[in-house]
Amino acid sequence: MPHPEAYNDLTIGIMAMQGSFAKHAYSLGNLGIKSRVIRSAEDLAQVDAVILPGGESTTMTLLLENEGLWEPLNEALKTLPVFGTCAGAILLGRQIDDPRVHCFEKIDVETVRNAYGRQVESFTTALVMPRVLDHDFHAIFIRAPKFENIGPGVSTLAVYGAEQVMLKQGNVLIASFHPELTDDSGIHKYFIDEIVLKSR
Amino acid sequence: MSKDLFEVKTGLAEMLKGGVIMDVTNPKEAEIAEKAGAVAVMALERIPADIRKDGGIARASDPKMIKEIQKRVSIPVMAKCRIGHFAEAQILESLKVDYIDESEVLTPADEANHIWKHDFKTPFVCGATNLAEALRRIGEGAALIRTKGEPGTGNIVEAVRHMRTINTEIAILATLRDDELMAAAKEMGAPFHLVNQVAETGKLPVPNFSAGGIATPADASLMMQLGAETIFVGSGIFKSQNPDAMAKAIVQAATFYDNPDKLAEISEGLGSAMKGLDMSEITPEERMQDRGW
Repeated sequence: MPHPEAYNDLTIGIMAMQGSFAKHAYSLGNLGIKSRVIRSAEDLAQVDAVILPGGESTTMTLLLENEGLWEPLNEALKTLPVFGTCAGAILLGRQIDDPRVHCFEKIDVETVRNAYGRQVESFTTALVMPRVLDHDFHAIFIRAPKFENIGPGVSTLAVYGAEQVMLKQGNVLIASFHPELTDDSGIHKYFIDEIVLKSR
Repeated sequence: MSKDLFEVKTGLAEMLKGGVIMDVTNPKEAEIAEKAGAVAVMALERIPADIRKDGGIARASDPKMIKEIQKRVSIPVMAKCRIGHFAEAQILESLKVDYIDESEVLTPADEANHIWKHDFKTPFVCGATNLAEALRRIGEGAALIRTKGEPGTGNIVEAVRHMRTINTEIAILATLRDDELMAAAKEMGAPFHLVNQVAETGKLPVPNFSAGGIATPADASLMMQLGAETIFVGSGIFKSQNPDAMAKAIVQAATFYDNPDKLAEISEGLGSAMKGLDMSEITPEERMQDRGW
């Protein structure tokens, strides 16, 4: 499949303190898009957008703060588009029910950690998201968070039962599941086409 | 196992990548581990170094202790059961631990069979010393493999041996012709469909972590540079002079494993690591890595 030419100029930074960063790189690679891991403030200078991967939000909070990366990332996110999955989504929310985790407050939503329960309650499901994809998305939820008290400026891109599981506000996209764990790069393509390229 | 269940089981392992999983024996240690940045804790009654010292039969932990640890921390909680002891595993599943380690650190309950892990919704991690052993465990339903190393020694030599062995055996399989794979599977004593899959993809079908003897940030870096995706640290933290600092340092080392400048900084002034054991100090009967079949 030919890739749009605009993809050639892009480099997406994937925060790589811990978690599914390599899987995100693979999803972008499927689209012919370059990525680089972010482990220092210098790494941030060279990217067009940022992905915060899944993983453990307590570990990510600690490492970002101890490495002095929290403030540079916070600064970068004032302009750069960002996509967060699961733990990454939690870090982007306005507020979290757990003092061990800190938030960048980039999207007007409160998050509740492990809200479906422990690992035995993890699941997969087909999500319909007509504003994003022309096909169902096979979504994998791992000890997933829930989004609550969603602000009026936030648009819902996917729901699962009563839960809103993928949200967008301005150039911020979050999902409580893991698009990076499947071979379908459709949601990454949406992030690039509808958010990253349109914000340039 | 259905594809969906397999994805959910390996999916959690994917989320633990680039992190450190720490052995803890009580809620206080669990909290130290979480505060240091552990991605998960392994709840067990005694760390391997003490099991080795105390002798006797090592069994799955008291459910009360596991529940207290689950209450105290928000990260995933894993727990160990004896090899082949599916009743202990059923109890751990009922407690909703996030991962079950069918572990050679505990005294085996079955000298022929491992647990049929497909029967469980809870994912399993199992140790391996070579590729055939890893593929037998995956065939039984393990969603995550770790090197066995030699637990409770603070000696990295066996973990290195196991990781290199698995890597080399994968590389050799990948060079074989299709018509040589059945003979390879027969020789290895590993399921044919998995031998085939490894030959085709050049990697294990599940994530590959490392355990057994990691005691310093440099040990963590070594194992990750050899291909481990995450590190289990057992005795290495709470048998060191300063567990707090050692725990934090090993967490940092897992992130910056390929950055020697950073590792030099991380390794500075940590106090002494656990004393450790040379392999020659261990009798063949005391080797935990030989448990499992």
